[in-house]
Amino acid sequence: MSEVQKFKVTIDNITIEVAPGTTILEAARKIGGEVAPPAMCFYSKLKGSGGKCRTCLVEVSKGSEKDPRPMPKLVASCRTTVMDGMEVKNITSEKVPDARAGVVEFLLLNHPLDCPICDQAGECHLQDLSYEHGREGTRYEFQKRVFKKHDLGPYIQLHMTRCILCYRCVFTADQLTNKRVHGILDRGDHAEIATHIEKALDNDFIGNVIDVCPVGALTDKTFRFKNRVWFTKPVDAHRDCPTCSGEVQLWMRGDEVFRVTARKDEWGEVKENSKGETGWICNECRFEKKHIHDWTIEGPSVINRHSVISQGHYVGITKPKETVQEVIGKEPRLLMDIHSVSQVNKPNIDLSLINGPAHSDDFNHPNTNGKQD
Amino acid sequence: MGIKLLLDKAHVEGIRYFDVYRREGGYRSVEKALKTMSPEAIVEEVKKSGLRGRGGAGFPTGMKWSFIAKPEGVPRHLVCNADESEPGTFKDRYLMEFLPHVLIEGLIISSFALGSNATYIYIRGEYAWIPDILEQAIAEAKANGFLGKNILGTGFDCEIYVQRGAGAYICGEETALIESLEGKRGNPRIKPPFPAIQGLWMRPTVVNNVETLAAVVPIINMGGEEYAKIGVGKSTGTKLISACGNINKPGVYEIDMTISVEEFIYSEEYCGGIANGKRLKACIPGGSSVPILPANLLFKTAKGETRYMNYESLSDGGFATGSMMGSGGFIVLDEDQCVVKHTYTLARFYRHESCGQCSPCREGTGWMEKILKKIDSGKGEMKDIDLLWDIQRRIEGNTICPLGDAAAWPVAAAIRHFRDEFEWHVLNPEESQKRNYGLAHYADAREVVA
Ligand SMILES: Cc1cc2nc3c(=O)[nH]c(=O)nc-3n(C[C@H](O)[C@H](O)[C@H](O)COP(=O)(O)O)c2cc1C
Ligand code: SF4
Ligand code: SF4
Ligand code: FES
Repeated sequence: MSEVQKFKVTIDNITIEVAPGTTILEAARKIGGEVAPPAMCFYSKLKGSGGKCRTCLVEVSKGSEKDPRPMPKLVASCRTTVMDGMEVKNITSEKVPDARAGVVEFLLLNHPLDCPICDQAGECHLQDLSYEHGREGTRYEFQKRVFKKHDLGPYIQLHMTRCILCYRCVFTADQLTNKRVHGILDRGDHAEIATHIEKALDNDFIGNVIDVCPVGALTDKTFRFKNRVWFTKPVDAHRDCPTCSGEVQLWMRGDEVFRVTARKDEWGEVKENSKGETGWICNECRFEKKHIHDWTIEGPSVINRHSVISQGHYVGITKPKETVQEVIGKEPRLLMDIHSVSQVNKPNIDLSLINGPAHSDDFNHPNTNGKQD
Repeated sequence: MGIKLLLDKAHVEGIRYFDVYRREGGYRSVEKALKTMSPEAIVEEVKKSGLRGRGGAGFPTGMKWSFIAKPEGVPRHLVCNADESEPGTFKDRYLMEFLPHVLIEGLIISSFALGSNATYIYIRGEYAWIPDILEQAIAEAKANGFLGKNILGTGFDCEIYVQRGAGAYICGEETALIESLEGKRGNPRIKPPFPAIQGLWMRPTVVNNVETLAAVVPIINMGGEEYAKIGVGKSTGTKLISACGNINKPGVYEIDMTISVEEFIYSEEYCGGIANGKRLKACIPGGSSVPILPANLLFKTAKGETRYMNYESLSDGGFATGSMMGSGGFIVLDEDQCVVKHTYTLARFYRHESCGQCSPCREGTGWMEKILKKIDSGKGEMKDIDLLWDIQRRIEGNTICPLGDAAAWPVAAAIRHFRDEFEWHVLNPEESQKRNYGLAHYADAREVVA
């Protein structure tokens, strides 16, 4: 086997070459767009993650060039490596949407659906997942499981009711801190994230569990109820930090820093920093530096995912790749994109330059004479 | 009397102790294997015997053994799965409690064949008194030179350790068992890698059921080919069946797999017929996870052929009209039993035992339990039956380990064969709280001898 050997894999009719050992999910992410299956538990920066939520199930219609038999069951794309000549169906599969809708229904079964009072709303992966793959109602008519809220130390709050048991925070604590003090107690639908005896999670890097949590189960107490994420603007900034790289994203409104997080990529994962390491940030940067003078502002963050957090950002964005045309081989009838600027009400200024959300004043109104220049 | 290979000495007084066991011909197979055979030859013999795993899946043991990776300088392990937590299954307990030396003898040969110098028995926590029996047997074997350093002067070293579980069904799944043995939370691993490549402490590992490993003893004693002559087709050798439910003689029976289901239930040698002069309604032939069969599909396959107590015949017809040999937990339901309540009981078990790692199993098992409870308590609606079907369908095949399937199958089979009983519960909520649905068309037609 030579080092340059690559495996050819076809996902939803699009063929790509990847290194052996690449998972189907990683290969699909290289193609991008809708072809990439949703992932609620896999996190490329956390060793051992994935395989649990089952949202990334795909159909392998051809195992490999050598053994072309299809795989009998749907497989978790995040934990299945590609073989040369493999053919995978994600959005083109007949079975996948049904199984995925089932998974979404299962994930929402005991979920409180308290988005209106959840700080994660707007950047929640479970919200996105249910919009894209779920059904409109629930068939569950029983009482949901309930847990009390818990403070895990001074900075982090746990809403166990919202947790989907993805284990990401457990892997984070294992891999980023010297000693994990929280984990999963009990089993089945009565399993919960907990510290054995009320313990504070205190480690310089433990705040990162907030960033990896796909839902609003682990939230930042210093940001709690302060604002909705879509009213704040993400700005890249850095500081000289003795503990971490100090490269962060500030979520601002006017001059006020509401929240500090790590920088995320289009899959919602913490990005690499300028040193080429995963850009985890320390607690001090995240929780203690909430003044604009603490930071050197680099400029508006580039957002490249379909999300309401880019709603105040109609320009200066990278659009996620559109693959539908390639997959189905023709122009789709209608594509709606949250990033598209309305041709009916064209704003008259660059919206990323204004503070806070856009208001009607910022748009041209053909009927109102006064506002137009 | 059928052939007995494992339990033939069960009635000998004191057979639990080394001296008696040895006097009765015990440990001959260790002498034969270690002194005259190579590890490869033993694996070959096991392959020839056609032995299939007795833990539930029925995977050919010789083939499983030949998959074990042998990287230079990396220790390998054999793990004996004595977690036996499948409802209706209690055959391993019988063997370990009354004939512990058969297991130890099998373990020594198997360890030699696989190159395991440290072998583990992982036993379910609820079998609280059995580890002592096993440990005594191990100590006796060691004192007599069959374990420890340089066994029988052959240079082979082997220690056997007994590890107690903490009472979780899921720790019977081989990778969850390995995690638990390593001192971690008993979550099944995501495969690959398979244990044969990276198992216990990431070393090549084979996990086998108690009965599987005990069966290696007669295989070595009589030779694989002779062993394969017992039984029929791909069901070779003998099988322990733990029979329970509404029968006259519940207990553990060793059968050769040529007898019919009818003979097993009705003959005096085995179950002795249905208790209290009742009629047979249904049976789960292989432990709670396998599909339940109504009496009319139990004795005869859908094609009208006699159904036998073996792997092929029990699964004849697939899941539509057949079931599985499973772990040999044979549960018999008489005419007084309610299939809805019974299914609810099983659903409760699976909900309680799901490890909770993957969402379809974690959430789906709880949901099925709630709906079944609703129907059982006379509050069900017709749509609930279809909903149950839809939920089990979306669990099956979409989970990390087979517990998801094991939870889905009993529900699916109950609805498939007993839908009328579910519907009757919905249509007659009050009456269903007072009496059982009855037998309908699926009962065993035989006359009741009152
Ligand atoms: C949920 C679950 C529980 C299991 N419990 C047991 C058990 O208690 N005993 C057992 O021998 N095998 C059990 N198994 C099967 C094991 O995973 C494994 O297949 C078996 O130990 C292999 O042994 P064998 O090849 O000798 O049958 C279980 C499997 C699952 C999925
Ligand atoms: S708290 Fe969040 S990160 Fe942790 S397991 Fe639950 S959902 Fe996942
Ligand atoms: S199928 Fe059930 S028991 Fe198995 S890993 Fe998933 S949640 Fe755990
Ligand atoms: S992302 Fe693959 S199973 Fe969760």
